[in-house]
Amino acid sequence: MKEQSYDRAWLQGLYRRMVLIREFEERVKFLFLEGVMPGTIHQCQGQEASAVGVCSALNPDDVITSTHRPHGHCIAKGLDVAGMMAELFGKSTGCCRGKGGSMHMGDLSKGIVPAVAIVGGGLPIATGIALSFKMRGQRRVAAAFMGDGATNEGIFHESLNMASIWDLPAVFVVENNLYAASTSVKLSMKVEHVSERACAYGIPGVRVDGNDVLAVYEAAREAVERARAGRGPTLLELLTYRLTGHSRRDPCSYQPEEERKQARAKEPIGRFGGWLMAQGSADQATLDEIRAGVKTEIEAAVEKAIADPEPAPEDTLEDMFV
Amino acid sequence: MTERRLGIAEALREAIAEEMRRDERVFCIGEDIGIPGGWGGAFTVTLGLEKEFPDRLVNTPISEAGLMGAALGAALMGMRPIADVQYSDFLFCAMDQVGNQVAKMRYMSGGKLTTPMVMRAPVGVTGRGAQHAQMMEPFFLPLPGIKLVAPATAYDAKGLLKSAVRDGNPVLIFEHKLLYGSKGPRTESGAVDASSTIPAEDYVVPIGKGIVRRQGSDVTIIATLLMMHRAVQAAALLAEEGISAEVIDPRSIVPFDWELVKESAAKTGRVITVEESPRRGGLGAEIAATLAEEMIDFLVAPVTRVAAPDTPAPFSPVMEKYYVPDAARIVNAARRLMEIS
Repeated sequence: MKEQSYDRAWLQGLYRRMVLIREFEERVKFLFLEGVMPGTIHQCQGQEASAVGVCSALNPDDVITSTHRPHGHCIAKGLDVAGMMAELFGKSTGCCRGKGGSMHMGDLSKGIVPAVAIVGGGLPIATGIALSFKMRGQRRVAAAFMGDGATNEGIFHESLNMASIWDLPAVFVVENNLYAASTSVKLSMKVEHVSERACAYGIPGVRVDGNDVLAVYEAAREAVERARAGRGPTLLELLTYRLTGHSRRDPCSYQPEEERKQARAKEPIGRFGGWLMAQGSADQATLDEIRAGVKTEIEAAVEKAIADPEPAPEDTLEDMFV
Repeated sequence: MTERRLGIAEALREAIAEEMRRDERVFCIGEDIGIPGGWGGAFTVTLGLEKEFPDRLVNTPISEAGLMGAALGAALMGMRPIADVQYSDFLFCAMDQVGNQVAKMRYMSGGKLTTPMVMRAPVGVTGRGAQHAQMMEPFFLPLPGIKLVAPATAYDAKGLLKSAVRDGNPVLIFEHKLLYGSKGPRTESGAVDASSTIPAEDYVVPIGKGIVRRQGSDVTIIATLLMMHRAVQAAALLAEEGISAEVIDPRSIVPFDWELVKESAAKTGRVITVEESPRRGGLGAEIAATLAEEMIDFLVAPVTRVAAPDTPAPFSPVMEKYYVPDAARIVNAARRLMEIS
């Protein structure tokens, strides 16, 4: 991590947001395995730095699209965990009033399009959002999160091609966690790096350590500034690792043990916490306090979500047309 | 402007231009839609509009899924896109965006979002073989979240497009290639005159309201688009035999004007549906099932479907003629129904 002068409170804010994502996911996993929570889940433990680093480079009125693994993106962009937790329980107080669930959570008032759970499906939507910003002369940016798997979808090409020919204010963010479900990225691409694919669109392809939140932030900031200045999109590849299963009870037997061990050693929160302390930007007591505060916030969200009212069955019929 | 006679392509062009003048959020996005020296889309609908709206005719690469997704993104930001594909068959290329994203985004958000966008898609079996021929309406019947309209006349085309732009929901307009009245190098052989007298003043045709094209008392014939014109032809032939046929043009498929259809079915007791798409799982099947459930006491004969066979559209003109229902087939169906009492 770079030796650079960042505001102390801002740095601690990054740390807090990453811990909030981690603790949220861990609590959700527990609730799910207990059988208390309905549905299925795709979690992002280990990928917190990419969500937080990118969203910290965005303004509140910038807009993101997310994926089937959206919890981290939503928290990083500012969605409140109470509304998210209620949504996971299918309650009418959820951020999508119980109609979305884990894979479609979002809130456009926070700049989060309801997550798109079809791989690559959010990319042209981000292109269209950026198109509208450009047509209206708004200095806003659209950022599209995706996994490495999405870069093998045809829609990846259509979306990046249109965004690049029109110089749209978009950032395409690939969280490369090395696996599309259980299939290694090595079995899915001829090129070594996703970022190399940028050359097909005449746009910058940038590859950084996605578990280094400040490296992610700096790369994202440059891409966002470029987009906001009307100089077109960037393909940003963030190298990371999923410490939990693809979904539900996936034991990750396809990940070699040695690889998992190394990944755990490089996970972003412990690294950033250590860096903060080494820099003198926080001490252990501060970090402990942050984690305790996060846990309290999450417990309150869980309690509220469980107590919140169920929707009426016939609410199914609402929300179709204006 | 004064009252004048226009074809469907001209009427749609006028509607788009008027809506773009009225509301600066309206824009067109599609392939070949505003290229100087080009065609104005595959069937001349947007011909020349780029002169008045150079920044609001967004020409895309050949990327049907991409352009539908981009239209959705713009709609989420409050724009009013009109997105078109050159042939409705290409909607299959865009189906993730149209079926999973456009149709569901508002619902998945718990009704917090609106997705005001218009999609246009030319349909019809027209001498181009199997992949530039399909009637795509049946694929959308079990896909809640998109309104479907199918204008058979220039008056309805203009009025329905205006309603669609102002609706606030996704609306997919099916337009028939043989009804456009496209001119110049884009003239269609076998075209049918669907022109109308267009009023001088602004008007809309409400989505979800059908219309009786011909009054009758013995048998009800329900048909949209080109088949509506075939049904009117058939009704004239039936009248010569003393059979009084009522022709209903639903104009909208979703929402559907059940009231109008049921009223006519109650009056005649005999219903024929006509469609250019394969018989299996089409609008006719939906109408027959609903009337069987809700109107059985009024029916004196089974609802009868006149439809294309369950095959792709063939190329050979001989086979194509066999494939697409014509007035004679409708007349035969009506005669058979009249034998039941």
